[in-house]
Amino acid sequence: MSRPAAIAGTHTRPVAPAPNIAPVLRVEHLSMRFGGLIAINDLSFTASRSDITALIGPNGAGKTTVFNCITGFYKPSEGRIALQFGDPGVWEELSALTERGTRSVSRGDGLLFLLERMPDYLVTQRARVARTFQNIRLFQGMTVLENLLVAQHNPLMWASGYTVLGALGLRSYVRAERSAIEKARYWLERIALSDRADDPAGELPYGAQRRLEIARAMCTDPVLLCLDEPAAGLNPSESAELARYLFEIRDEHATSILLIEHDMTVVMEISDHVIVLDHGQKIADGTPDDVRNDPKVIAAYLGVEEEEVAEGGVNGGAQGRT
Amino acid sequence: MEALSPASRVDLARALRQTAITALIAFGLLLPLIGFNTVQNIHNELVLETRWPLLAVLVAIIAAGRFLHAIFIAPALARRALRPRQEDAERTATRARRVRWLTPFALGFALVYPALALSIVGTQGAVKWVDNFGVQILIYVMLGWGLNIVVGLAGLLDLGYVAFYAVGAYSYALLAQTFGLSFWILLPVAGCLAAFWGILLGFPVLRLRGDYLAIVTLAFGEIIRLILINWVPVTNGYAGISSIPRPTFFGIPFNASDEGFAARFGLEFSPVYRTIFLYYLILALALLTAAMTMRLRRLPIGRAWEALREDEIACRSLGINTTNTKLTAFAMGAMFAGFAGSFFAARQGFISPESFTFMESAVIVAIVVLGGMGSLLGVAIAAVIMIGGTEIMRELDFLKVVFGSNFDPTQYRMLLFGFAMVLIMVWRPRGLIATREPSTLLNAPRAARLRKQKATQPSLAQEPHG
Repeated sequence: MSRPAAIAGTHTRPVAPAPNIAPVLRVEHLSMRFGGLIAINDLSFTASRSDITALIGPNGAGKTTVFNCITGFYKPSEGRIALQFGDPGVWEELSALTERGTRSVSRGDGLLFLLERMPDYLVTQRARVARTFQNIRLFQGMTVLENLLVAQHNPLMWASGYTVLGALGLRSYVRAERSAIEKARYWLERIALSDRADDPAGELPYGAQRRLEIARAMCTDPVLLCLDEPAAGLNPSESAELARYLFEIRDEHATSILLIEHDMTVVMEISDHVIVLDHGQKIADGTPDDVRNDPKVIAAYLGVEEEEVAEGGVNGGAQGRT
Repeated sequence: MEALSPASRVDLARALRQTAITALIAFGLLLPLIGFNTVQNIHNELVLETRWPLLAVLVAIIAAGRFLHAIFIAPALARRALRPRQEDAERTATRARRVRWLTPFALGFALVYPALALSIVGTQGAVKWVDNFGVQILIYVMLGWGLNIVVGLAGLLDLGYVAFYAVGAYSYALLAQTFGLSFWILLPVAGCLAAFWGILLGFPVLRLRGDYLAIVTLAFGEIIRLILINWVPVTNGYAGISSIPRPTFFGIPFNASDEGFAARFGLEFSPVYRTIFLYYLILALALLTAAMTMRLRRLPIGRAWEALREDEIACRSLGINTTNTKLTAFAMGAMFAGFAGSFFAARQGFISPESFTFMESAVIVAIVVLGGMGSLLGVAIAAVIMIGGTEIMRELDFLKVVFGSNFDPTQYRMLLFGFAMVLIMVWRPRGLIATREPSTLLNAPRAARLRKQKATQPSLAQEPHG
């Protein structure tokens, strides 16, 4: 079993606490085709635990498609997406799990999931992957607090005895709801929205909506947080605040972050590891500094002629999807 | 109106031009519809008649209406749109206060209504007033509240809701006749059967949303109705089921016998007691629906319904099983329709497929939409207006004096419904009561709520003007 290279070793800025060697996510030979259109072509990468991994690339490179495959919104045409938390020893069960055709396996307190076999809601519920969206998807008409409570639906549903006990007004449910509200209060303080908790989410300013969407995802207690362009539409000071916020999430909540971002200053500042996609293929993989100086990456972003860069991409048809 | 300034003279010219155009269009449209009329004479020949005076009157009315709109109403609306937000905020705050008073008042009125009817119109008249207005309206209030769970909370447009109402009614009628079970046993049974059918319908249509879902549910309503018509051995087809056992007062029947309710309680026999009993029964069922809805809204399932209405994809990204969530909404809505249906069968004593046409579904959906999706009070008000309005029209006999003895005001019901719907959609596009009460609050436990509401409501209630 091949361990991924310990990429997190060559940092120029404060390193995440005790980088764990075992990855949290392994994507192997992932392909996604929509009819004749190849959105992702044989993509493999790993995301290390407690790292911020960035997925970048020009428009139409297939970044959001990768996200949709990881979070179960798309069924990949080919490939394996494995996510693990708890005891890393469970990684050794990967090939056995693949053979067996089931969704998950456990060893000790370690759990290993094959995400491509799971429906979208179970990816969040069981495998604890949370995501945000490129175009913010808050529950606009509901209050900020309610948004955070909906995110805790599954534990609350359990505590309310699938509604029956809750409808009877049992104490255990009342306690569970109170602790859910406490958790929401914690996140509202983190994103400085406590005083707007009872306002409809749709009335918040844009930057606050972005922060709220991340907080809502965090309320599901994820081990992997997938952020689709979290800095889009933010001004520089809001971007800096976002970066600080993401560091705090990574360092304090045992949550690894996978993000798509176009804002290169944000990417280079916060990422521990950068993966560059172009036309559905990986063209670079490494630390921000490695990637920044990679001629293929520069070519992909600046649009250099195909023949100048070897294997610059597939037949140019894989466009239209981000 | 202010004196004629140059600006308003321009307005006048424009208003006249608009009036002329409108009159022309009205004339073009009404010429074939009103201007010409074919009648059969005694020799069975079709004769063309012209009705120029009627045509002229109608065109004149339309033109006058357009002129008044252009001169008075449009400028007034424009001025209102320009008015500063603050004033609007004040208005919504007072409106919210009024709405808060309305609920206990309406509840109190509903409780004393039969007594009020008895004391004002006496035992004979009270039967009509309690039955036609009280019971009839409350059935629709309950159906509206039940559908409100599906449409208002979960955001699933269900145009076949009457199917579950029919399932409840036929369940009670058939089981009561075949097995002789009492109303109180069959009420939950009918509810469960309707919920079962709700789940059955829910499964195939789970992937659909919006228009597509509406069409499938509409078809489902028709399927149930056609089954009721064609499965003659069981349902007796068009002829329907008659002499359905009536509910008893916990075992005491409402009849003129010695064992009857009136004799037992030493009262003179009158049908009004049964009616009053039915009134309180449906009132209790309707309040049960409301209480359940309010309770569920504060539970995770209710929040998940509302989240589903807002954004299904976001729900799935938060680990919510949208399939189950939709199914529970369908089942819950259907269950209350089943309760209402079995009550309906017990009250009428006779049911036939005629009572479960698409028109009924449309009326219930209209009640929910007019009332404001999700608002219990709004739905209740809309039901009172829609159903009470229909019943009132039956009472307008004096109009026959004006329009001649052939005039039947109930025939204009749909026209007036349509008119009311257009007006509501223009003035209050989100329904009569469009404010949403949060299911839980973080910062404002009751005391500060009033202040909070003032601050949040103006933008909640914002509607496009003009």
